[in-house]
Amino acid sequence: MSIEIKNLSYIYNKGTAFEQTAIHDINISIQKGEFIGLIGHTGSGKSTLIQHLNALLKPSTGHILLDGEDINADSSKLKRIRQRVGLVFQYPEHQLFEMTVYKDVAFGPENMGLSKEETDKRVKAALENVGVDESIHEKSPFELSGGQKRRVAIAGVLAMEPEVLVLDEPAAGLDPRGRDEVLGLIKSMHSNLGITVILVSHSMEDVSRLVNRVIVMHQGRIAMDGALNEVFSRVEEIEALGLRAPSISYLMKGLNERGFGLPQDIYKVEDAVDCLLKVFQPGVCK
Amino acid sequence: MNGMTIGQYYPVNSRIHRLDPRVKLVAAFIYITMLFLVKNFWGYLFAAFFVSLTIYASKVPIIYMLRGLKNIIFIITFMLVMNIFFTKGERVLFSIWKISVTMEGLILSARMAVRLILLVVGTSILTLTTSPIQLTDGIEYLLKPFKRFGVPAHEIAMMMSIALRFIPTLVEELDKIMKAQKARGADFDTGGLMKKAKSLIPLLVPLFISAFRRADELAMAMEARCYRGDYNRTRMKEMKLYPHDYRFMAVVGAFCIAVIGSRFV
Repeated sequence: MSIEIKNLSYIYNKGTAFEQTAIHDINISIQKGEFIGLIGHTGSGKSTLIQHLNALLKPSTGHILLDGEDINADSSKLKRIRQRVGLVFQYPEHQLFEMTVYKDVAFGPENMGLSKEETDKRVKAALENVGVDESIHEKSPFELSGGQKRRVAIAGVLAMEPEVLVLDEPAAGLDPRGRDEVLGLIKSMHSNLGITVILVSHSMEDVSRLVNRVIVMHQGRIAMDGALNEVFSRVEEIEALGLRAPSISYLMKGLNERGFGLPQDIYKVEDAVDCLLKVFQPGVCK
Repeated sequence: MNGMTIGQYYPVNSRIHRLDPRVKLVAAFIYITMLFLVKNFWGYLFAAFFVSLTIYASKVPIIYMLRGLKNIIFIITFMLVMNIFFTKGERVLFSIWKISVTMEGLILSARMAVRLILLVVGTSILTLTTSPIQLTDGIEYLLKPFKRFGVPAHEIAMMMSIALRFIPTLVEELDKIMKAQKARGADFDTGGLMKKAKSLIPLLVPLFISAFRRADELAMAMEARCYRGDYNRTRMKEMKLYPHDYRFMAVVGAFCIAVIGSRFV
Protein backbone atom coordinates (compact mmCIF):
# COMPACT_ATOMS: atom_id res chain seq x y z
CA MET A 1 0.00 0.00 0.00
CA SER A 2 1.36 3.41 -0.88
CA ILE A 3 0.76 6.58 1.08
CA GLU A 4 0.67 9.93 -0.58
CA ILE A 5 0.68 13.07 1.56
CA LYS A 6 -0.21 16.09 -0.51
CA ASN A 7 0.12 19.73 0.58
CA LEU A 8 -0.84 18.81 4.12
CA SER A 9 -1.22 21.64 6.64
CA TYR A 10 -2.72 21.48 10.09
CA ILE A 11 -3.68 24.35 12.35
CA TYR A 12 -4.51 23.80 16.01
CA ASN A 13 -7.40 25.78 17.51
CA LYS A 14 -8.29 27.24 14.18
CA GLY A 15 -10.26 30.45 14.41
CA THR A 16 -9.39 31.17 18.04
CA ALA A 17 -6.80 33.35 19.71
CA PHE A 18 -4.69 30.23 20.30
CA GLU A 19 -4.35 29.44 16.61
CA GLN A 20 -1.09 27.68 15.87
CA THR A 21 0.12 26.07 12.70
CA ALA A 22 1.62 22.68 13.52
CA ILE A 23 2.31 21.51 9.98
CA HIS A 24 3.09 23.56 6.89
CA ASP A 25 2.42 22.25 3.42
CA ILE A 26 3.97 18.80 3.66
CA ASN A 27 4.44 16.47 0.71
CA ILE A 28 5.64 12.91 1.23
CA SER A 29 5.19 9.79 -0.78
CA ILE A 30 5.75 6.43 0.86
CA GLN A 31 6.01 3.16 -1.01
CA LYS A 32 5.00 -0.28 0.22
CA GLY A 33 7.61 -2.01 2.33
CA GLU A 34 9.65 1.06 3.17
CA PHE A 35 11.21 1.47 6.61
CA ILE A 36 11.17 5.17 7.40
CA GLY A 37 12.62 7.08 10.30
CA LEU A 38 10.82 10.31 11.10
CA ILE A 39 13.02 12.50 13.24
CA GLY A 40 12.85 15.98 14.65
CA HIS A 41 12.68 17.98 17.84
CA THR A 42 9.84 17.97 20.29
CA GLY A 43 7.25 20.22 18.75
CA SER A 44 8.51 19.79 15.20
CA GLY A 45 5.15 18.35 14.17
CA LYS A 46 6.05 14.66 14.03
CA SER A 47 3.22 13.49 16.24
CA THR A 48 0.72 15.74 14.53
CA LEU A 49 1.78 14.41 11.16
CA ILE A 50 1.40 10.74 12.05
CA GLN A 51 -2.03 11.30 13.55
CA HIS A 52 -3.16 12.32 10.09
CA LEU A 53 -2.10 9.01 8.62
CA ASN A 54 -5.02 7.16 10.18
CA ALA A 55 -7.43 10.07 10.15
CA LEU A 56 -7.33 10.81 13.88
CA LEU A 57 -6.76 14.39 12.82
CA LYS A 58 -8.34 15.89 9.76
CA PRO A 59 -6.09 18.10 7.61
CA SER A 60 -6.80 21.83 7.67
CA THR A 61 -5.77 21.77 4.03
CA GLY A 62 -4.35 19.07 1.80
CA HIS A 63 -5.00 15.37 1.34
CA ILE A 64 -3.74 11.98 2.41
CA LEU A 65 -4.14 9.25 -0.16
CA LEU A 66 -3.95 5.55 0.59
CA ASP A 67 -3.49 3.72 -2.70
CA GLY A 68 -4.81 6.82 -4.41
CA GLU A 69 -7.90 7.12 -2.25
CA ASP A 70 -8.47 10.12 0.02
CA ILE A 71 -8.86 8.77 3.56
CA ASN A 72 -11.05 11.65 4.69
CA ALA A 73 -13.43 11.38 1.74
CA ASP A 74 -15.79 8.90 3.37
CA SER A 75 -16.13 8.90 7.16
CA SER A 76 -17.87 5.51 7.15
CA LYS A 77 -14.55 3.96 6.14
CA LEU A 78 -12.64 5.34 9.12
CA LYS A 79 -12.46 2.00 10.90
CA ARG A 80 -11.10 0.30 7.83
CA ILE A 81 -8.43 2.99 7.49
CA ARG A 82 -7.45 2.71 11.13
CA GLN A 83 -7.10 -1.03 10.63
CA ARG A 84 -4.91 -0.62 7.56
CA VAL A 85 -2.69 2.01 9.18
CA GLY A 86 -1.82 0.87 12.68
CA LEU A 87 -0.70 3.66 14.98
CA VAL A 88 1.21 2.87 18.17
CA PHE A 89 1.29 5.93 20.40
CA GLN A 90 4.07 6.97 22.71
CA TYR A 91 3.95 4.96 25.95
CA PRO A 92 1.33 2.64 24.48
CA GLU A 93 1.22 0.64 27.71
CA HIS A 94 -0.78 3.51 29.21
CA GLN A 95 -3.74 2.45 27.11
CA LEU A 96 -3.96 -1.11 28.47
CA PHE A 97 -7.24 -1.66 30.28
CA GLU A 98 -8.41 -5.27 30.09
CA MET A 99 -8.33 -7.98 32.73
CA THR A 100 -5.97 -10.18 30.77
CA VAL A 101 -3.27 -9.72 28.17
CA TYR A 102 -5.23 -11.84 25.71
CA LYS A 103 -8.41 -9.78 26.04
CA ASP A 104 -6.53 -6.53 25.65
CA VAL A 105 -4.90 -7.60 22.42
CA ALA A 106 -8.30 -8.85 21.22
CA PHE A 107 -9.81 -5.37 21.65
CA GLY A 108 -8.76 -4.21 18.17
CA PRO A 109 -9.86 -7.30 16.22
CA GLU A 110 -13.15 -7.34 18.12
CA ASN A 111 -13.80 -3.73 17.20
CA MET A 112 -13.29 -4.73 13.60
CA GLY A 113 -16.11 -7.24 14.00
CA LEU A 114 -14.05 -10.33 13.26
CA SER A 115 -15.23 -13.82 14.16
CA LYS A 116 -14.08 -15.48 17.37
CA GLU A 117 -11.84 -17.90 15.50
CA GLU A 118 -10.23 -15.18 13.44
CA THR A 119 -9.72 -13.00 16.52
CA ASP A 120 -8.16 -15.90 18.38
CA LYS A 121 -5.84 -16.63 15.49
CA ARG A 122 -4.75 -13.01 15.20
CA VAL A 123 -4.26 -12.44 18.92
CA LYS A 124 -2.06 -15.50 19.21
CA ALA A 125 -0.09 -14.59 16.12
CA ALA A 126 0.40 -10.99 17.26
CA LEU A 127 1.55 -12.01 20.73
CA GLU A 128 3.92 -14.51 19.20
CA ASN A 129 5.27 -11.86 16.87
CA VAL A 130 6.13 -9.58 19.76
CA GLY A 131 7.65 -12.47 21.69
CA VAL A 132 5.12 -12.71 24.52
CA ASP A 133 4.95 -16.25 25.83
CA GLU A 134 1.64 -18.11 25.95
CA SER A 135 1.96 -18.55 29.71
CA ILE A 136 1.41 -14.81 30.08
CA HIS A 137 -1.77 -14.62 27.99
CA GLU A 138 -4.11 -14.98 30.94
CA LYS A 139 -2.16 -12.68 33.25
CA SER A 140 -3.25 -9.15 34.03
CA PRO A 141 -1.33 -6.71 31.83
CA PHE A 142 -0.67 -4.60 34.92
CA GLU A 143 1.48 -7.33 36.46
CA LEU A 144 3.99 -7.27 33.63
CA SER A 145 7.32 -5.47 33.41
CA GLY A 146 7.62 -2.22 31.46
CA GLY A 147 9.12 -3.86 28.38
CA GLN A 148 6.53 -6.63 28.39
CA LYS A 149 3.68 -4.17 28.76
CA ARG A 150 4.92 -2.24 25.79
CA ARG A 151 5.20 -5.36 23.68
CA VAL A 152 1.66 -6.34 24.61
CA ALA A 153 0.45 -2.88 23.63
CA ILE A 154 2.22 -3.12 20.29
CA ALA A 155 0.62 -6.54 19.79
CA GLY A 156 -2.73 -4.84 20.35
CA VAL A 157 -2.18 -2.82 17.19
CA LEU A 158 -0.46 -5.63 15.32
CA ALA A 159 -3.46 -7.93 15.86
CA MET A 160 -5.42 -5.71 13.51
CA GLU A 161 -2.98 -6.79 10.80
CA PRO A 162 -2.15 -3.31 9.54
CA GLU A 163 -0.38 -2.81 6.23
CA VAL A 164 1.44 0.20 7.62
CA LEU A 165 2.72 0.38 11.17
CA VAL A 166 3.49 3.78 12.65
CA LEU A 167 5.30 3.85 15.97
CA ASP A 168 5.80 7.00 18.03
CA GLU A 169 8.99 6.73 20.11
CA PRO A 170 8.55 3.01 20.73
CA ALA A 171 11.72 2.77 22.82
CA ALA A 172 11.13 5.82 25.04
CA GLY A 173 11.52 5.20 28.74
CA LEU A 174 12.75 1.62 28.45
CA ASP A 175 15.99 0.29 29.88
CA PRO A 176 18.74 -0.58 27.35
CA ARG A 177 17.66 -4.20 27.19
CA GLY A 178 13.98 -3.42 26.73
CA ARG A 179 14.96 -0.91 24.13
CA ASP A 180 17.02 -3.40 22.14
CA GLU A 181 14.22 -5.93 22.37
CA VAL A 182 11.54 -3.58 21.14
CA LEU A 183 13.67 -2.19 18.32
CA GLY A 184 14.74 -5.68 17.28
CA LEU A 185 11.11 -6.66 17.29
CA ILE A 186 10.17 -3.80 15.00
CA LYS A 187 12.96 -4.74 12.61
CA SER A 188 11.85 -8.34 12.44
CA MET A 189 8.23 -7.33 11.96
CA HIS A 190 9.30 -5.23 9.01
CA SER A 191 11.28 -8.00 7.39
CA ASN A 192 9.02 -10.95 8.32
CA LEU A 193 5.56 -9.46 7.89
CA GLY A 194 6.49 -7.29 4.93
CA ILE A 195 4.72 -4.24 6.34
CA THR A 196 5.63 -0.62 5.83
CA VAL A 197 7.05 0.83 9.04
CA ILE A 198 7.31 4.47 10.05
CA LEU A 199 9.42 4.97 13.15
CA VAL A 200 9.17 8.29 14.94
CA SER A 201 12.17 9.00 17.10
CA HIS A 202 14.64 11.60 18.14
CA SER A 203 17.36 9.06 18.69
CA MET A 204 19.69 9.02 15.71
CA GLU A 205 21.20 5.79 17.00
CA ASP A 206 17.88 3.94 16.87
CA VAL A 207 17.02 5.34 13.49
CA SER A 208 20.40 4.63 11.93
CA ARG A 209 20.27 1.01 13.06
CA LEU A 210 16.92 0.27 11.51
CA VAL A 211 15.64 2.39 8.73
CA ASN A 212 16.58 2.91 5.12
CA ARG A 213 14.98 6.30 4.61
CA VAL A 214 15.07 9.31 6.90
CA ILE A 215 12.67 12.24 7.01
CA VAL A 216 13.74 15.17 9.18
CA MET A 217 11.08 17.59 10.35
CA HIS A 218 11.72 21.07 11.61
CA GLN A 219 9.13 23.61 12.73
CA GLY A 220 6.32 21.85 10.93
CA ARG A 221 8.12 21.46 7.63
CA ILE A 222 10.13 18.74 5.97
CA ALA A 223 13.75 19.76 6.34
CA MET A 224 15.35 16.70 4.79
CA ASP A 225 14.10 13.56 3.13
CA GLY A 226 16.28 10.88 1.64
CA ALA A 227 18.16 7.64 2.02
CA LEU A 228 19.85 7.07 5.38
CA ASN A 229 23.37 7.60 4.08
CA GLU A 230 22.41 10.61 2.07
CA VAL A 231 20.76 12.40 5.00
CA PHE A 232 23.41 11.57 7.58
CA SER A 233 26.17 12.67 5.24
CA ARG A 234 24.81 16.22 5.56
CA VAL A 235 25.99 16.54 9.16
CA GLU A 236 26.23 20.34 9.12
CA GLU A 237 22.61 20.70 8.06
CA ILE A 238 21.47 18.25 10.72
CA GLU A 239 23.38 20.12 13.38
CA ALA A 240 21.97 23.42 12.19
CA LEU A 241 18.55 22.01 13.03
CA GLY A 242 19.73 21.28 16.56
CA LEU A 243 19.98 17.54 15.98
CA ARG A 244 23.01 15.28 15.89
CA ALA A 245 24.19 12.61 13.54
CA PRO A 246 24.67 9.14 15.09
CA SER A 247 27.56 9.21 17.58
CA ILE A 248 29.53 6.62 15.66
CA SER A 249 29.78 8.92 12.67
CA TYR A 250 31.62 11.46 14.83
CA LEU A 251 34.17 8.76 15.75
CA MET A 252 34.65 7.91 12.09
CA LYS A 253 34.96 11.56 11.19
CA GLY A 254 37.52 12.13 13.96
CA LEU A 255 39.57 9.17 12.82
CA ASN A 256 39.46 10.38 9.24
CA GLU A 257 40.65 13.82 10.28
CA ARG A 258 43.68 12.08 11.78
CA GLY A 259 44.35 10.47 8.44
CA PHE A 260 42.91 6.99 8.73
CA GLY A 261 41.23 7.17 5.33
CA LEU A 262 38.14 5.24 6.36
CA PRO A 263 34.92 5.20 4.33
CA GLN A 264 32.81 8.29 5.00
CA ASP A 265 29.36 6.72 4.97
CA ILE A 266 29.33 4.67 8.13
CA TYR A 267 26.40 5.33 10.45
CA LYS A 268 25.84 1.99 12.17
CA VAL A 269 27.91 0.66 15.06
CA GLU A 270 28.01 -2.79 13.47
CA ASP A 271 29.45 -1.43 10.22
CA ALA A 272 31.99 0.61 12.11
CA VAL A 273 33.11 -2.45 14.04
CA ASP A 274 33.60 -4.42 10.81
CA CYS A 275 35.48 -1.58 9.21
CA LEU A 276 37.69 -0.85 12.20
CA LEU A 277 38.52 -4.53 12.67
CA LYS A 278 39.75 -4.62 9.09
CA VAL A 279 41.92 -1.55 9.63
CA PHE A 280 43.29 -2.65 12.97
CA GLN A 281 44.07 -6.21 11.94
CA PRO A 282 47.26 -7.45 13.49
CA GLY A 283 50.01 -6.43 11.20
CA VAL A 284 48.12 -3.58 9.61
CA CYS A 285 48.12 -1.43 12.68
CA LYS A 286 51.54 -0.32 13.68
CA MET B 1 -11.07 19.59 24.20
CA ASN B 2 -8.69 22.45 23.62
CA GLY B 3 -9.23 25.92 25.01
CA MET B 4 -11.21 24.65 27.97
CA THR B 5 -11.35 27.20 30.75
CA ILE B 6 -11.15 26.08 34.34
CA GLY B 7 -13.84 27.50 36.49
CA GLN B 8 -15.01 30.63 34.76
CA TYR B 9 -12.47 33.22 35.75
CA TYR B 10 -12.55 36.19 33.39
CA PRO B 11 -9.12 37.80 33.53
CA VAL B 12 -9.34 41.57 33.35
CA ASN B 13 -8.06 44.17 35.74
CA SER B 14 -10.90 45.84 37.59
CA ARG B 15 -11.73 47.14 41.03
CA ILE B 16 -13.60 43.96 41.81
CA HIS B 17 -10.77 41.75 40.55
CA ARG B 18 -8.30 43.53 42.78
CA LEU B 19 -10.34 43.00 45.92
CA ASP B 20 -9.01 40.64 48.54
CA PRO B 21 -10.53 37.18 47.96
CA ARG B 22 -11.55 36.97 51.62
CA VAL B 23 -13.52 40.17 51.31
CA LYS B 24 -15.23 38.90 48.19
CA LEU B 25 -16.09 35.56 49.79
CA VAL B 26 -17.57 37.18 52.86
CA ALA B 27 -19.41 39.73 50.74
CA ALA B 28 -20.90 36.93 48.63
CA PHE B 29 -22.01 35.18 51.81
CA ILE B 30 -23.57 38.35 53.20
CA TYR B 31 -25.25 39.03 49.88
CA ILE B 32 -26.88 35.58 49.87
CA THR B 33 -28.09 36.04 53.43
CA MET B 34 -29.50 39.44 52.58
CA LEU B 35 -31.38 38.03 49.62
CA PHE B 36 -33.29 35.80 52.00
CA LEU B 37 -34.08 38.70 54.29
CA VAL B 38 -35.67 40.68 51.50
CA LYS B 39 -39.38 41.09 52.10
CA ASN B 40 -40.73 43.49 49.52
CA PHE B 41 -40.17 45.22 46.23
CA TRP B 42 -37.73 47.75 47.68
CA GLY B 43 -35.43 45.03 48.97
CA TYR B 44 -35.21 43.46 45.51
CA LEU B 45 -34.56 46.85 44.01
CA PHE B 46 -31.63 47.42 46.38
CA ALA B 47 -30.24 43.95 45.66
CA ALA B 48 -30.56 44.45 41.90
CA PHE B 49 -28.91 47.85 42.18
CA PHE B 50 -26.04 46.44 44.24
CA VAL B 51 -25.49 43.60 41.76
CA SER B 52 -25.60 45.92 38.75
CA LEU B 53 -23.11 48.23 40.38
CA THR B 54 -20.73 45.37 41.07
CA ILE B 55 -21.10 43.98 37.55
CA TYR B 56 -20.38 47.40 36.14
CA ALA B 57 -17.29 47.78 38.30
CA SER B 58 -16.04 44.28 37.45
CA LYS B 59 -15.70 45.04 33.71
CA VAL B 60 -16.90 41.51 32.93
CA PRO B 61 -19.32 41.46 29.99
CA ILE B 62 -22.85 40.98 31.28
CA ILE B 63 -23.31 38.00 28.97
CA TYR B 64 -20.89 35.98 31.12
CA MET B 65 -22.97 36.72 34.19
CA LEU B 66 -26.14 35.59 32.49
CA ARG B 67 -24.49 32.43 31.21
CA GLY B 68 -24.80 30.94 34.69
CA LEU B 69 -28.55 31.25 34.38
CA LYS B 70 -28.58 28.75 31.53
CA ASN B 71 -28.00 25.93 33.97
CA ILE B 72 -30.88 26.81 36.23
CA ILE B 73 -33.45 27.68 33.60
CA PHE B 74 -35.11 24.34 34.16
CA ILE B 75 -35.34 24.84 37.92
CA ILE B 76 -36.76 28.32 37.50
CA THR B 77 -39.39 27.18 35.01
CA PHE B 78 -40.35 24.22 37.18
CA MET B 79 -40.64 26.43 40.23
CA LEU B 80 -42.66 29.03 38.36
CA VAL B 81 -45.16 26.45 37.15
CA MET B 82 -45.50 24.79 40.55
CA ASN B 83 -46.02 28.08 42.35
CA ILE B 84 -48.41 29.56 39.86
CA PHE B 85 -50.70 26.55 39.83
CA PHE B 86 -50.49 25.24 43.35
CA THR B 87 -50.45 28.29 45.60
CA LYS B 88 -53.70 28.74 47.45
CA GLY B 89 -54.99 32.29 47.75
CA GLU B 90 -57.96 34.58 47.86
CA ARG B 91 -57.80 36.48 44.62
CA VAL B 92 -58.53 33.84 41.98
CA LEU B 93 -57.66 35.03 38.52
CA PHE B 94 -58.99 32.02 36.60
CA SER B 95 -59.52 28.30 37.11
CA ILE B 96 -59.00 25.31 34.90
CA TRP B 97 -60.75 22.17 36.20
CA LYS B 98 -59.65 21.92 39.85
CA ILE B 99 -56.57 24.10 39.51
CA SER B 100 -56.91 27.79 40.00
CA VAL B 101 -54.36 30.49 39.39
CA THR B 102 -54.32 33.13 42.07
CA MET B 103 -52.77 36.55 42.37
CA GLU B 104 -50.85 35.37 45.42
CA GLY B 105 -49.39 32.48 43.44
CA LEU B 106 -48.32 34.79 40.66
CA ILE B 107 -46.60 37.19 43.04
CA LEU B 108 -44.92 34.43 45.02
CA SER B 109 -43.53 32.75 41.91
CA ALA B 110 -42.28 36.05 40.52
CA ARG B 111 -40.49 36.77 43.79
CA MET B 112 -38.90 33.33 43.87
CA ALA B 113 -37.70 33.67 40.29
CA VAL B 114 -36.19 37.09 40.89
CA ARG B 115 -34.52 35.85 44.04
CA LEU B 116 -32.98 32.85 42.26
CA ILE B 117 -31.76 34.94 39.36
CA LEU B 118 -30.18 37.50 41.69
CA LEU B 119 -28.59 34.68 43.65
CA VAL B 120 -26.98 33.06 40.63
CA VAL B 121 -25.87 36.27 38.96
CA GLY B 122 -24.49 37.63 42.23
CA THR B 123 -22.48 34.57 43.10
CA SER B 124 -21.12 34.20 39.59
CA ILE B 125 -19.50 37.62 40.02
CA LEU B 126 -17.35 35.98 42.68
CA THR B 127 -16.12 33.14 40.46
CA LEU B 128 -15.75 35.37 37.42
CA THR B 129 -13.54 37.89 39.14
CA THR B 130 -11.50 35.62 41.42
CA SER B 131 -9.00 33.10 40.08
CA PRO B 132 -9.34 29.58 41.49
CA ILE B 133 -6.04 29.94 43.32
CA GLN B 134 -7.10 33.15 45.03
CA LEU B 135 -10.38 31.54 45.88
CA THR B 136 -8.74 28.58 47.63
CA ASP B 137 -6.39 30.92 49.47
CA GLY B 138 -9.36 32.89 50.68
CA ILE B 139 -11.26 29.77 51.70
CA GLU B 140 -8.25 28.49 53.58
CA TYR B 141 -7.95 31.72 55.53
CA LEU B 142 -11.63 31.90 56.33
CA LEU B 143 -11.73 28.28 57.48
CA LYS B 144 -8.81 28.80 59.85
CA PRO B 145 -10.94 29.62 62.93
CA PHE B 146 -12.73 26.28 62.47
CA LYS B 147 -9.46 24.40 62.82
CA ARG B 148 -10.11 24.26 66.53
CA PHE B 149 -13.12 22.07 65.79
CA GLY B 150 -11.09 19.73 63.62
CA VAL B 151 -11.72 21.30 60.20
CA PRO B 152 -8.54 20.65 58.16
CA ALA B 153 -8.54 24.11 56.56
CA HIS B 154 -5.13 23.94 54.95
CA GLU B 155 -5.62 20.42 53.67
CA ILE B 156 -8.97 21.28 52.11
CA ALA B 157 -7.45 24.28 50.34
CA MET B 158 -4.44 22.25 49.19
CA MET B 159 -6.68 19.51 47.82
CA MET B 160 -8.72 22.08 45.97
CA SER B 161 -5.71 23.70 44.35
CA ILE B 162 -4.22 20.35 43.38
CA ALA B 163 -7.52 19.24 41.88
CA LEU B 164 -7.73 22.47 39.88
CA ARG B 165 -4.14 22.13 38.77
CA PHE B 166 -4.70 18.62 37.44
CA ILE B 167 -7.91 19.16 35.52
CA PRO B 168 -6.16 20.29 32.32
CA THR B 169 -3.58 17.51 32.67
CA LEU B 170 -6.27 14.88 32.93
CA VAL B 171 -8.21 16.34 30.04
CA GLU B 172 -5.08 16.11 27.91
CA GLU B 173 -4.49 12.56 29.09
CA LEU B 174 -8.07 11.60 28.26
CA ASP B 175 -7.66 13.02 24.78
CA LYS B 176 -4.54 10.93 24.27
CA ILE B 177 -6.13 7.72 25.52
CA MET B 178 -9.17 8.37 23.39
CA LYS B 179 -7.02 8.68 20.30
CA ALA B 180 -5.06 5.56 21.16
CA GLN B 181 -8.23 3.51 21.56
CA LYS B 182 -9.70 4.99 18.39
CA ALA B 183 -6.57 3.84 16.60
CA ARG B 184 -7.53 0.37 17.77
CA GLY B 185 -10.96 0.75 16.22
CA ALA B 186 -12.86 1.88 19.31
CA ASP B 187 -16.07 3.73 18.57
CA PHE B 188 -17.39 6.24 21.10
CA ASP B 189 -20.08 7.87 19.03
CA THR B 190 -22.49 5.24 17.79
CA GLY B 191 -24.58 2.54 19.44
CA GLY B 192 -27.20 2.49 22.16
CA LEU B 193 -26.85 3.67 25.73
CA MET B 194 -25.48 0.34 26.99
CA LYS B 195 -22.94 0.16 24.21
CA LYS B 196 -21.86 3.72 24.82
CA ALA B 197 -21.48 3.11 28.54
CA LYS B 198 -19.43 0.02 27.81
CA SER B 199 -17.20 1.90 25.40
CA LEU B 200 -16.14 4.12 28.29
CA ILE B 201 -14.29 1.28 30.03
CA PRO B 202 -11.27 1.45 27.71
CA LEU B 203 -11.08 5.17 28.53
CA LEU B 204 -11.77 5.21 32.23
CA VAL B 205 -9.52 2.35 33.31
CA PRO B 206 -6.35 3.87 31.83
CA LEU B 207 -7.40 7.34 32.99
CA PHE B 208 -7.83 6.23 36.59
CA ILE B 209 -4.59 4.31 36.55
CA SER B 210 -2.71 7.33 35.33
CA ALA B 211 -4.47 9.61 37.81
CA PHE B 212 -3.44 7.34 40.68
CA ARG B 213 0.09 7.16 39.35
CA ARG B 214 0.28 10.94 39.16
CA ALA B 215 -1.13 11.31 42.65
CA ASP B 216 1.47 8.91 43.96
CA GLU B 217 4.30 10.72 42.22
CA LEU B 218 3.07 14.10 43.41
CA ALA B 219 2.83 12.90 47.00
CA MET B 220 6.40 11.63 46.79
CA ALA B 221 7.65 14.88 45.27
CA MET B 222 5.90 16.93 47.95
CA GLU B 223 7.34 14.82 50.74
CA ALA B 224 10.76 15.04 49.16
CA ARG B 225 10.43 18.80 49.50
CA CYS B 226 9.52 18.43 53.18
CA TYR B 227 5.85 19.19 52.86
CA ARG B 228 4.26 18.69 56.27
CA GLY B 229 0.91 20.30 55.79
CA ASP B 230 0.16 23.61 57.40
CA TYR B 231 2.93 23.47 59.96
CA ASN B 232 5.30 26.46 59.69
CA ARG B 233 4.34 27.06 56.10
CA THR B 234 4.67 30.57 54.72
CA ARG B 235 3.09 31.93 51.59
CA MET B 236 4.44 33.67 48.57
CA LYS B 237 1.53 36.09 48.40
CA GLU B 238 0.51 37.37 51.80
CA MET B 239 -3.09 38.44 51.86
CA LYS B 240 -3.39 42.01 53.00
CA LEU B 241 -6.32 44.38 53.20
CA TYR B 242 -6.00 47.65 51.30
CA PRO B 243 -8.05 50.85 51.43
CA HIS B 244 -10.12 49.70 48.45
CA ASP B 245 -11.07 46.57 50.40
CA TYR B 246 -12.40 48.74 53.24
CA ARG B 247 -14.27 50.91 50.78
CA PHE B 248 -15.95 47.85 49.32
CA MET B 249 -16.85 46.66 52.82
CA ALA B 250 -18.51 50.02 53.43
CA VAL B 251 -20.58 49.57 50.26
CA VAL B 252 -21.60 46.10 51.41
CA GLY B 253 -22.51 47.53 54.81
CA ALA B 254 -24.67 50.19 53.18
CA PHE B 255 -26.35 47.49 51.15
CA CYS B 256 -27.11 45.50 54.32
CA ILE B 257 -28.63 48.53 56.04
CA ALA B 258 -30.72 49.29 52.96
CA VAL B 259 -32.10 45.76 52.75
CA ILE B 260 -32.83 45.44 56.44
CA GLY B 261 -34.32 48.92 56.46
CA SER B 262 -36.59 48.00 53.56
CA ARG B 263 -38.23 45.36 55.74
CA PHE B 264 -39.83 48.09 57.81
CA VAL B 265 -41.26 50.05 54.91
